[in-house]
Amino acid sequence: MLAALIIVFREVFEAGLIIGIVLAVTRTVPGRNRWIGGGLVAGIAGACIVAMFAGGLSHLFAGMGQEVFNAAILSIAVVMLTWHNVWMARHGRELAGDMRAMGQAVAEGSKSLLALAVVVAVAVLREGSEVVLFLYGVLASGGDSAWSVTLGGLAGLALGAVVCALTYLGLLRIPMRALFGTTTVLIALLAAGMAAQAVAFLMQANWLTALDTVAWDSGWLLSDSSFVGRALHTLVGYTDQPTVMQLAVYLAVLAVTFVLMRIFSLPDSSAARA
Amino acid sequence: MPISANVFKCAAIAVAVSAVLSFETTAQAQKPGEIEISYQDKKFTPVEVSIPANTAVTFRVKNLSAKAMEFESKPLKIEKVIAAKSEAIINVRPQKAGEYKFVDEFNEDVAIGKVIVK
Repeated sequence: MLAALIIVFREVFEAGLIIGIVLAVTRTVPGRNRWIGGGLVAGIAGACIVAMFAGGLSHLFAGMGQEVFNAAILSIAVVMLTWHNVWMARHGRELAGDMRAMGQAVAEGSKSLLALAVVVAVAVLREGSEVVLFLYGVLASGGDSAWSVTLGGLAGLALGAVVCALTYLGLLRIPMRALFGTTTVLIALLAAGMAAQAVAFLMQANWLTALDTVAWDSGWLLSDSSFVGRALHTLVGYTDQPTVMQLAVYLAVLAVTFVLMRIFSLPDSSAARA
Repeated sequence: MPISANVFKCAAIAVAVSAVLSFETTAQAQKPGEIEISYQDKKFTPVEVSIPANTAVTFRVKNLSAKAMEFESKPLKIEKVIAAKSEAIINVRPQKAGEYKFVDEFNEDVAIGKVIVK
């Protein structure tokens, strides 16, 4: 039961962190619960579908279907997160500012919510499909242990929800003014980390073999299979043995986000509001 | 002249077709650098795999059990779900000499194997 709890918790941990951040980011946007909830449901449904077709998926692209699929959905999430940040650079002030401006931003806001709902769906789908496969395997084989494993799995899920709630409540303690800056940085790092993860999958598929030397090994300092290492892996893309390509893509995503936010932000938005 | 040109054309097509066919067959058959690992009852066979250093190899992992498993090796940067009664191709990038652990993530406390690179 404990083993099942740990396995399930490890998988839902990442999704919990991401949903917590997304909830905090969107807390002033009306109708966000519907969108985030929709993303969650879509992610769970997707996870079941992926689990069902896990065998078939692997056989695509000369046996590399799973890697390519993971890289593709991670890339979608990277684009959505970056787009959200750029959108926020333009409209964030309206949402943070007076409530009257928010009415106009609602229609626009739902676009940003769609992007974040997709991010939630991707996070749930990736981690969820493994949970589904694991629990299905246990239940299908039956036996006395099936129920205790299921119970452990459910406890793991509940703990994941706790992580989500703690992340959300933790971020809410940050004052509104600082929250935008904090979440912008968090989301940019999240996107860069996901991009580096996508690179790892493409390397695993042998689709990307350039610059595959390990840049450094900080496993002695912080292993990425430790609890803190895992949390940092999700939040900022920490890897104890990143390749040069991963590092390059990571920095490129941060640079592109920064440049796009500069280009699309309204330089005189405070004047326009007054 | 037209006859010899035709012959040449046919020969060219034959070469092209046989090249494609041979490519197909090598893609399916076991390649020289390919190592087979099977998995059943939470055990890998062989449990230790030796590979040469600085050489890319492929593992063909056969999951013979009735449950899905996840072949995972943090040090080798591999994680791949393998459905029940199914097999998967895993690319191993060139590695330095040493020992690298791999597990079935769903049974990581018992289902352990290692790759010895030398």
